[in-house]
Amino acid sequence: MPETPPRPLDLSFTQRFRFHGGLHLEVCQEVAAAHPIRPAGIPPQLVLPLAQHIGEPARCLVAVGDPVRRGQCLAEAAGMVSAPVHAPTSGTVVAIEPRPVPHPSGLPSTCIVIDTDGRDTALPAAPATDYTQSDPAELLEQVRAAGIVGLGGAGFPTALKLEHRQPIELLLINGAECEPCIACDDGLMRERPHEVIEGVRMLRHIVQAAACVIAVEDNMPEAEQALRQALVELHEHDIQVVNVPAVYPTGGERQLIKVLTDREVPSQGFPADIGIIVQNVGTAAAAFAAVSRAQPLTSRIVTVAGDGVREACNLEVRIGTPVRHLIAAAGGYGSRIERLLIGGPMMGFTVDSDSVPVIKTTNCILAVTAQSMPAPPPAQPCIRCGKCTEVCPANLLPQQLYWFARAASHDAAQDFGLFDCIECGCCAHVCPSHIPLVQYYRHAKTAIWTQEKQKRASDIARARHEARLARLERIKRERAEQLARKKRALADKEAGDNARKSAIQAALERVQKKKEQAGTRPRNIDNLTAEQRRQIEEVDRRRVNRSSPQDPE
Amino acid sequence: MEFQRFSSPHLPAEHDINLMMRRVLLALLPGVACMTWLFGWGVLVNLALAGGSALLAEAGMLGVRGRPVAPTLQDGSALLTGVLLALAIPPLAPWWIAVTGSAFAIVIAKQLYGGLGYNPFNPAMVGYVVVLVSFPLELTLWPQAWHAPDLATTLSMVFAGKPPAGMAIDAITMATPMDSLRMQIGLGKSLPQLAGNSLFGYLGGTGWEWLNGCYLLGGLWLLRVRVIQWHIPVAMLGALALLAGGFHLLDPARYASPLFHLLTSATMLGAFFIATDPVTACTTPRGRLWYGAGIGILVWIIRTWGGYPDGVAFAVLLMNLSAPTIDYYTRPRVFGHRPGSAE
Repeated sequence: MPETPPRPLDLSFTQRFRFHGGLHLEVCQEVAAAHPIRPAGIPPQLVLPLAQHIGEPARCLVAVGDPVRRGQCLAEAAGMVSAPVHAPTSGTVVAIEPRPVPHPSGLPSTCIVIDTDGRDTALPAAPATDYTQSDPAELLEQVRAAGIVGLGGAGFPTALKLEHRQPIELLLINGAECEPCIACDDGLMRERPHEVIEGVRMLRHIVQAAACVIAVEDNMPEAEQALRQALVELHEHDIQVVNVPAVYPTGGERQLIKVLTDREVPSQGFPADIGIIVQNVGTAAAAFAAVSRAQPLTSRIVTVAGDGVREACNLEVRIGTPVRHLIAAAGGYGSRIERLLIGGPMMGFTVDSDSVPVIKTTNCILAVTAQSMPAPPPAQPCIRCGKCTEVCPANLLPQQLYWFARAASHDAAQDFGLFDCIECGCCAHVCPSHIPLVQYYRHAKTAIWTQEKQKRASDIARARHEARLARLERIKRERAEQLARKKRALADKEAGDNARKSAIQAALERVQKKKEQAGTRPRNIDNLTAEQRRQIEEVDRRRVNRSSPQDPE
Repeated sequence: MEFQRFSSPHLPAEHDINLMMRRVLLALLPGVACMTWLFGWGVLVNLALAGGSALLAEAGMLGVRGRPVAPTLQDGSALLTGVLLALAIPPLAPWWIAVTGSAFAIVIAKQLYGGLGYNPFNPAMVGYVVVLVSFPLELTLWPQAWHAPDLATTLSMVFAGKPPAGMAIDAITMATPMDSLRMQIGLGKSLPQLAGNSLFGYLGGTGWEWLNGCYLLGGLWLLRVRVIQWHIPVAMLGALALLAGGFHLLDPARYASPLFHLLTSATMLGAFFIATDPVTACTTPRGRLWYGAGIGILVWIIRTWGGYPDGVAFAVLLMNLSAPTIDYYTRPRVFGHRPGSAE
């Protein structure tokens, strides 16, 4: 954490600052947001993973065979860093089992599978809340209960992000798409600017931010215009709309903060540490719906694009809808697809099947052909040309990290800022040797995490073992002490007895002695008269007679 | 439907080392043309000899090491090493100079360290220095600019090691301007006395000023297409010019002008094509400035007080040696970290 106070915010936001590196990417010239958002409809089956967010998977509340209705909570948050999952439509739970999910690992994960009934019956409407009349803590609870997570892609539980201990100077609403091709935020801002503005107002009420600004990229003039108009219509004068250069990855939280405020979020820290909270425009709108209409998060806008689909578009999709269904809604595959991407072209991941569902964090589906994204050429040796260093937005030395990651020099890699890498992919994109750099960093990070987990586990085991040894030792010592105490007590008792005995003995002896003294004391018989002697002898005689009574007289 | 799996990022790569190497070779063309114009056929003969033997040596070593031969040869790095070496050695040097030099460069300085990307020293410069210290006499066989011998004489010099019958070596070869300058100064002459010497042109050595201009041109193009970055050439030329300028101001009779230093010998070739070899240079932006400045300073020191005709090769190798240390101490401040702390 920096000890120096962050520089004061320039609330006019007239100046734009630069972060190091970044790329101007010219892809996806066809803007999906140019077409109106269309509903994707209700598919026959929805697949709802329990883990759609960062943190603990939700805890399932329903059983196979249960009928469910739209808006019903299917799984509750399991702890603080978790989020509940709600039913996007009505139907029947037909399975709770591991299914393929959109995750880079490609591993299946537990999902609630619902056969939809097409009637889309909702739960009785819960009372809506006027946020202006509500306590922020109460609103936070509603946002939490509605299962709202960051819709920009990370999926961090929103309520948790809105809780803060520091006073918040700036609520920064991120309308800059994280990557080229993704247009769901653009579409939302163009078509539902009121929802966005209302959401922003509510979030601002919750975090009590001094200032509030919505950032869009300078290649989204329609969205910017729509927001400005909505601000006027809603008589909102205290929220600004600003544009930022469309340099990838400006949509990243830390980069966006840097561009607008020239502040850097401390490494390993959070934006709240420097008095800023960032929320995505989609998240703001979803949070508003959750409070003002009591709608949990059960649908989102997804961009479907790429040269492999017939028409790029934005779709309003129920969470859990299989990707296949979205592709069909976008006119189907246009040509032979080489890869199917979840997310954008820089940070998205491939899935091997289009049966995976859309989850809360799915912002984009790209179906691309081998023409636009051919298989990467074989990697050549790193020649240290430094192109990666030029473009790294974290100002790292990617090429050095690569050597360390390759050599499994984990300490050195961490020393060179491995964990400051945001995996934006700029370095790998410009690498003339076609080295899959990001893959190396991910591998190294995972290896370090695993190592630390193991170390923690072994530390715990060692601590336990040592505690056990200490306990055994203590018990042994205590037993020994107890024994010793007993022994001592016994010894004391004996010693006490002896003392008493010896006292008695001594007394007896004294008596005896006295007696003896009495019996043997030399008599004062010197210088006696004859008469006196006679009297003494007579007494003695009598005494002798008395003392031997058995002796009959 | 099933799809293939790939790791992000997914956009097709923008750059390619094969293309980078080809561009470097392309950027050398004006220099090669100029050098041929100045010094005759020997330049091309050397290029063929050094380039060919570098490729052969690379192929042989890759074979021995059990590495793919054809794809690696295509990266162009071996050819580039051979070409740079050929441009450093005198056009009339016997054939085995080029062959020994490039074989040593590839086998010892590059492949024994693990091939492209793993060599700590610039292979072409290692090859050049090896032949320079081993065969100093042969390394002086420069013709005078624009007075190059004809093809027959050149071939006789290169392959027979002597001029054709009835021609004296001294009639063909000439000290280079840089060498001559050092000798004359060593003999106690002052620079103004040398002004009339035909070896010295308007700005640098006669002819050499053109050659350096051509390399500068190629280098600027490399900067423009972003194959190289500005830090090393600017720092090297800047440091050289500053140092030379300072001493020239102190004693113009003893110390050559900065322009002479910039436009004579291998200055521009070194600044744009040799010092910028990414494998052996520094990689951090600040480190590259130090690295380039170090080369500039060493070049001037070696030229002025050293015993060899030019200092670029030694300067580059010495700075190669320091590059990892410089890199370590010039790490950029990572985003979100306090200034002054690398942590």
